[in-house]
Amino acid sequence: MTGAPLIEVEDLRIDLDDGERRVAAAEGISFRIDRGETFGLVGESGCGKSITALALIGLLRPPLSIGAGMIRFDGREIQHLSAAAQRDLRGNRIAMIFQEPMTALNPVSPVGRQIAEMFVLHKGNSWREAHQLAVEALASVRVPAPERRVNDYPHQLSGGMRQRVMIAIALACGPDLLIADEPTTALDVTVQAEIIELMRNLCAERGTAILMISHDLGLVANVCRRVAVMYAGRIVEERGSADIFRTPSHPYTQGLVDSLPRLGSRAALGRSRLKEIAGVVPAITNFPDGCRFNPRCAHATDICRSVAPTADLLEAGGLVRCHHHA
Amino acid sequence: MHEPRGKDDLILSVEDLAVHFPVGGGLLGRNRRMLRAVDGVDLNLKRGECLGLVGESGSGKSTVALSILGLLAPTRGRIVLDGQVITGRPSGDRKALARIVQMVFQDPYASLNPRQTVRRTLEDPLRVHGVTARSEIEDRVATMLRHVGLRPEQADRYPHEFSGGQRQRIGIARALILNPRIVICDEPVSALDVSIRAQIINLLLELKDTLGLSYIMISHDLGVVEHMSDRVAVMYLGRIVENGDWREIFERPAHPYTRALIAAIPDPLHHAPLATTGGDLPNPLNPPNGCAFSPRCRYAEDLCRHEPGPVLETRPDGHAVRCWRSEEIAGQAAMASGDNGHTQA
Amino acid sequence: MKLRANLVIGGTLFALAVLVGVLAPWLAHTDPVLDANLMNAEEPPSWTWWFGTDDQGRDIYSRVVYGARVSLTVGIVSQLINSVIGVALGLSAGYWGGWWDDVVNALTNVMLAIPSLIFALAIMAVLGPGLTSLLIALGLTNWSFTCRIARASALSLRNQGYVQAATVLGYGDLRIMMTQLLPNMLGPIVVIGTLGMGSAVLSEAALSFLGLGVRPPFPSWGSMLSDARDQITTAPWLSVFPGLAIFLTVLGLNLLGDGLRDILDPHSRSRRT
Repeated sequence: MTGAPLIEVEDLRIDLDDGERRVAAAEGISFRIDRGETFGLVGESGCGKSITALALIGLLRPPLSIGAGMIRFDGREIQHLSAAAQRDLRGNRIAMIFQEPMTALNPVSPVGRQIAEMFVLHKGNSWREAHQLAVEALASVRVPAPERRVNDYPHQLSGGMRQRVMIAIALACGPDLLIADEPTTALDVTVQAEIIELMRNLCAERGTAILMISHDLGLVANVCRRVAVMYAGRIVEERGSADIFRTPSHPYTQGLVDSLPRLGSRAALGRSRLKEIAGVVPAITNFPDGCRFNPRCAHATDICRSVAPTADLLEAGGLVRCHHHA
Repeated sequence: MHEPRGKDDLILSVEDLAVHFPVGGGLLGRNRRMLRAVDGVDLNLKRGECLGLVGESGSGKSTVALSILGLLAPTRGRIVLDGQVITGRPSGDRKALARIVQMVFQDPYASLNPRQTVRRTLEDPLRVHGVTARSEIEDRVATMLRHVGLRPEQADRYPHEFSGGQRQRIGIARALILNPRIVICDEPVSALDVSIRAQIINLLLELKDTLGLSYIMISHDLGVVEHMSDRVAVMYLGRIVENGDWREIFERPAHPYTRALIAAIPDPLHHAPLATTGGDLPNPLNPPNGCAFSPRCRYAEDLCRHEPGPVLETRPDGHAVRCWRSEEIAGQAAMASGDNGHTQA
Repeated sequence: MKLRANLVIGGTLFALAVLVGVLAPWLAHTDPVLDANLMNAEEPPSWTWWFGTDDQGRDIYSRVVYGARVSLTVGIVSQLINSVIGVALGLSAGYWGGWWDDVVNALTNVMLAIPSLIFALAIMAVLGPGLTSLLIALGLTNWSFTCRIARASALSLRNQGYVQAATVLGYGDLRIMMTQLLPNMLGPIVVIGTLGMGSAVLSEAALSFLGLGVRPPFPSWGSMLSDARDQITTAPWLSVFPGLAIFLTVLGLNLLGDGLRDILDPHSRSRRT
């Protein structure tokens, strides 16, 4: 894809200020997403993937703040924009959907009104026009009988329907970027498939780029074109999504790919003991020196314990942050 | 539903289990309706076997588990645990039941009492069940901690001092401290960090062999179920729709719902669209006419929509399916040469 | 930090009040009842009479010091009775539910509908004045908030995994309530209890002011205020010092309650993200 990227993050650091001291909850975060591209950010709880997304959309709140680095959206640096300018960007050009749609929707307002609000707020439509647009938006996310459903309250909808409403709200103003933070984690697998397909198709039709955040490497690899894996506040590997599963380069990614029982593998290869990743995920306040994966890594040497690896370009394309990568 | 194998090595059999809850209703209970959370479930668990129980939320799998644990009184049916009929007994018998069947919970953060040390968490059950000798209690706690990969010195810590994976080990130790025969694992790894899951799955399988346990494994992660289970039962809307050997279920799924579940798993190696099923789980208060899956089933015909639901038919090989058209569908699938289920690339 | 200030100031004031009550015989200059001397009647505060004297010549300072015993005994003991009743009813109602929950709810609503002081007044009228009746009257009338909190906590806690686990392990109901539920709801109960002590001290003052408290010669802050009513313009020190004692004690208890709430509440949630 040519032209300037839609969003470019350079050396972003997010600080966590716990009153006594300041620790970097995420650092050295760099990636870019082109227009209409699908990009995934994968990692475990506490790895910094969700706060990275919040930084992009200007929703970091104390004790979290941007410590350093740059976020460029459509050619403009946005990390120091005023609250009003960020608000305008949010919803209008960058939208977000969350894991639990029940808490992200206002429980005392009909869903139609919550969609209509987006048109009134960002597009200057009248409430009457906005209501009609809300019905159309609900229809576009394949909610059956949208004329009736606009008047429903969130608790009257199933989890899958609520997530559809969230998508309708998020896409109402035709944003350039949709951030989806664990959008299907709370849903059953058949409903997940529908929500993912809906999101993928709507965004493809409208040229909306997706930044998908999840702990599920398999799901992200299926949905996104490129995937970045985060561990303990750093991106350890960024690859094309098929490559990351076939030839993972970072020992952590290798561990993830090998440790999870994959459908079909027992039938093909028989049941063997799963390869474990030893140890525990480090706490934010207690990240190890050097490569943060070194205490859990079978290949760790002295340099891994003292020097943080840089992001190296791989011949096959992609980046990896490991002293000993293949 | 009689299994062809010997009945003697059955440690658990559930026969025609039904659990109905009254819901709603106005002040006078006029609009009260029955939620058929579980409606006629038969299950068998052999000694040393792991039975995977699969289905979406609302399918009734947790209700089955709670009934086996004696926490819910069934509306109908019989549960035989280790030769004893447990249904219809007073709820005070929970204590006797506790020594046979135990449970590992999903969320290791919510399932440990934050105000009790690990030692207290493990010692109290022993005392409740009449173990009084100080040395025996200490011995059993230390042994159990070693079994689950913790050090006995860690016993005097509180839950918040442990990581999620370690907490789940404590939860497993608590479930095993009374030497139960059956352990119900309710989504034992889905609340854990991805890089920790393999440790817990390996531990559960190891303990099953060393301690001679039988598992009922409830999970929505079909990869985990396939890895751990010997047999798999698929539930939909309070009923079992398919039940068979794990290989049969995953390689030759016969019910369209099982096929839909497997097809909905994203394939990480291919950028292909996910197979969608269409629609949500129907409202269990108002189940569809005919086969419960018919409104979402792409193979559904008039027969499926209108005839009262099909029965669970067991083939000679023990593979049971509740579907009018499973034979035809199997034929079609063979011709289309497997449009679902991924194989290792 | 502001949160800590609450706790430190409140705790100090309350500890001081308790200390004064305990050490009264050593702190007091004279006997609060017997050392009456009409020669010294209605002396204003001075180096000899720190808080002045009353119309019978008794030392107000000594009476305030001894009065702490009654006020704090009433505050602490009656609130303990309230807490025990409230927790027992609320915890069991929330855990068991069903008809017992309905009964407890109805009872709580009735208690909340009757002003507790009026109710206490009625009990005192039946039992007659005195410390014991005061403890009973105040201990039986102020448990509804504790009960509400305990019930709400029990309702949410009983679905916690560890409570289910205890059930699966074959624990009896009583054991589950005492070992699994109670320790985990103690935070808010202690806060409510501390605040309740403050209001019990006030209620004691009010009842004594109305002449229904401890019997006259022995001092309590409330009865001292009541006695000083007629001389409020001529000898204001008679009411100022017992009033100040009540004010500081109740203020201390309220600050302590607030401070405890600040440190106990976030603790009950897991701090991991």
